[in-house]
Amino acid sequence: MVKIVTDVVCPFCGTLCDDLEVALSDDGKEILEVYNACAIGATKFLHSQASDRITRPRKKQEDGSWKEVTYDEAADYTAKMLVDAKKPLMYGWSSTSCSAQGVGAEIGEEVGACMDNTATVCHGSTLIAVQDVGVPSATLGEIANRADRVVFWGCNPAHAHPRHMSRYSIFPRGFFTGKGSKSRKMFVVDPRNTDTAKMADVHLQLEQGHDYELLSAVRVAIRGEKLPDFVAGIPKEQIYEVADSLKSGRFSVIFFGMGVTHSLGKNHNIDMAIMVTRDLNDYTKAAIVPMRGHYNVTGSGQVWGWQFGFPFCLDLTRGFARYNPGDSSSNDLLIRDELDAVFVLGSDPGAHFPVGSVRKIAKLPSVCIDPHITPTSAVSKMHVPVAFVGVEVGGCAYRMDNVPIETKKVVEPPEGMLTDEEFLQLVLTRVRELKGAA
Amino acid sequence: MAKVILTPTQTPTLFLEAENITPDVLAGKNAAEIAALHGFVGKTTVTLGDYFTVEGAGGQTAADTTVVINGDVSRVKYIGMKMSAGELIVNGNADMYVGGWMTGGKITVNGDIDAFAGLGMTGGELIVNGNAGNYLGAAYRGDWRGMQGGEIRVSGSAGSDVGTFMRGGTIVVGGNIDVHVGTHMEGGTIIVKGDAKTRVGGQMVKGTIYVYGDIDVMMPGFQYRNDVDLEVDGDNGHFALYEGDMGERHSKKKGVVIYGQLYMKY
Repeated sequence: MVKIVTDVVCPFCGTLCDDLEVALSDDGKEILEVYNACAIGATKFLHSQASDRITRPRKKQEDGSWKEVTYDEAADYTAKMLVDAKKPLMYGWSSTSCSAQGVGAEIGEEVGACMDNTATVCHGSTLIAVQDVGVPSATLGEIANRADRVVFWGCNPAHAHPRHMSRYSIFPRGFFTGKGSKSRKMFVVDPRNTDTAKMADVHLQLEQGHDYELLSAVRVAIRGEKLPDFVAGIPKEQIYEVADSLKSGRFSVIFFGMGVTHSLGKNHNIDMAIMVTRDLNDYTKAAIVPMRGHYNVTGSGQVWGWQFGFPFCLDLTRGFARYNPGDSSSNDLLIRDELDAVFVLGSDPGAHFPVGSVRKIAKLPSVCIDPHITPTSAVSKMHVPVAFVGVEVGGCAYRMDNVPIETKKVVEPPEGMLTDEEFLQLVLTRVRELKGAA
Repeated sequence: MAKVILTPTQTPTLFLEAENITPDVLAGKNAAEIAALHGFVGKTTVTLGDYFTVEGAGGQTAADTTVVINGDVSRVKYIGMKMSAGELIVNGNADMYVGGWMTGGKITVNGDIDAFAGLGMTGGELIVNGNAGNYLGAAYRGDWRGMQGGEIRVSGSAGSDVGTFMRGGTIVVGGNIDVHVGTHMEGGTIIVKGDAKTRVGGQMVKGTIYVYGDIDVMMPGFQYRNDVDLEVDGDNGHFALYEGDMGERHSKKKGVVIYGQLYMKY
C-alpha cells in the first residue's frame, strides 16, 4: 500500500510551502508522487530519485576525467585547500539547513575565509538598503489575512514563486480578506508583460531601468507635490491614482524581486521602495517583503547575522568580521583576483555568476558540495555529492518573511551518503587537526 | 619637513592591506622601523619591507611628515586611511579606501584611484589627478554619516554613488560622473564640471549640487525655481536653480522649508 507523508516542506524557493504530500513506495524507500507542490518543487523531490545520481565524492584528474574518492579523502582535500589558502572564498549556503550553515561558519572562522551567500547576486542589495534605512515588514500570514493592496514590483511570482499568490498574497480567503482575490487590488510594475502582469488590476509598464525615478514619483505623489507629465514613461495621472489607491487601502504590501534589486541602482531602488512603504504608514498600514529565491538564503543571513553581525559578504581573513559589498563580495573578489581558493556549497555560481568569475573559479583550487551535477561541479577540482536537505534529511530553513520552518525528512539518502552537515563536521575536524599540527 | 619615500618592489599576488601607510603611523620612525611595520595579504601578516623599499624617515609628528609612494599601488588598499595631518603623495594608481575616514592633512594621487576613497572623511584634502571610482566621499555601509568635512578634488571622472549620505565638505569632479550623485545628502557641496547621467540628488534632504554639463534624466522630485548668477569654484556662471527632493522629509527654518538645491549651468 502506498504510504503518504503529509505536511512536507518544499525545499525549493523562499515561499517554503509546508502543505506538500508525498507518496512513497510500499517499503518507504522511493518517492512516487508529490502532491500540492508546484512543478519546480515536485521536480526537486523526484530528481533525488534519479538512478544515475552521483553518490560518492569524485576528484578531477589531470586529463579532466573524474576518479571516485572517499568522503574522508574529500574532507582532507577540502581542509588542506582552505588551510593553505591565503584568502579562500566559501560561497553558497542558501540550499542547506541552518545547522549546516552554522558548522560552515565555524570552518570559515578557523580558516579566515571570505564567506558569501547567494544574496550577493540576488537580494544582497535589499540587505544593504535595509541596513541603510530599516524595513517595515510583516509575515506572509499577516498579509494573507489582511492585505488589500498588493504590489509586485520587478518580480514574476507566476513563474518564480508559483504558489505565492495562491497561498499568501492574492487568492487566499483570510480573516479580513474573505473574498480572496476580489478583496484585493493587485498592482504589477514591470517593463515586461509577464504572466503576473496579465493578472493585475493595474500594470505599470515602465521604461526599463527607471524604477528609482518611478518609486520617487510615488513618494512625491503621496505627499501631494507636483510631478512632471511623465515619469519612466508613466503618465502622472496614473501615478497619482496608484498613490491614492495605496494610501486608501487598509493594508498595502509591496513584494519585489530581481527586477529592482539587480537593475540600475540596485540597493537605491530598494531604499526608495522601503521609503515608499514608510511614507504609506503615515496613512495606513503598509509592509514590504523581498521575494527571496533559494529556500534558505534568508536563513544563511540570519545565521551569519547572529554569529558575525552581517548577513553576507563577510571577510573573516583577519579573525574578525568585516563587511563591505563592492570589496568583500564574491564577484568583486573573483574578478579582481583577490582569492586563491574557492569552496561552494548549496549554490551554483557556475550558472549564476558572470562568465568572467566562473573562469576564475575554474583556474583556482576549488571544491563543490552539491547533490547535483552542475556547471559549478563541472569546473571544480573536487565534487562532493550530499543528501538533499528537506528530502533526505530535515533541518531548519527561513521563509522569505524571516519565519523559521523545520523541513522534514521524507526518505533515506542512498546508502553511505553523508549530509552537508556531516561532511562539514569532517572538514572542521580535519581543519582543527591541521591547524593544531602547524 | 621629513620625507619618507616608499618604492614598490613587487606587485602583491592577492591584495596588500596597508592602513599603516599614513603620516600618523610613520612619524617618529626610521627607515628600518617603517620597513618592519605590518600589513596583511589575506590571512597572512607581511611587512611593508616585503613590498616596498623605504628611504628617509618620519618627522617628529604626523604634521612634519611627508610620505611619497613612487610607483603603482593599484593592488594596495587603505592608503592614508584615518590620517590626521601631514602629507601623502602617490605617484601612480591606488586601490580602494584612499583617505577613508581621514580627519586632516593632504593626500595627492597622481593617477587613478578605485572605490570608497574619502569614505566618511571629516577633514583634510584629497586631490586626485586622475579618475576616481565609486562611493567617493560616501558613507560606509549602514552609516548615515558620509563625508562630513574637508575637500575632495578629482580632475578626471568619478564613478557612481558619489557623496551618498554626505553631510558636509566639498567634492569637485572635473569630468563626468556616473549615476547616484548625493543620494540621501544632508549637507555639503558637490560640483560636477562634466555631465551627469541620472539620479542626481535622489532622496536629497539638504545641501548643494552644481552640474555644469547635462543630466540625462532629472529626478521627478526636483522643481525649477529661478535663474541665478553665481560664482562657483572661482568661475562665474548663469545657473538654473531646482529644489528637491520633494518626496523626501525636509526641515523648516524660520517657517521656511529647506530643500536640497541643484544648480544646472546654462
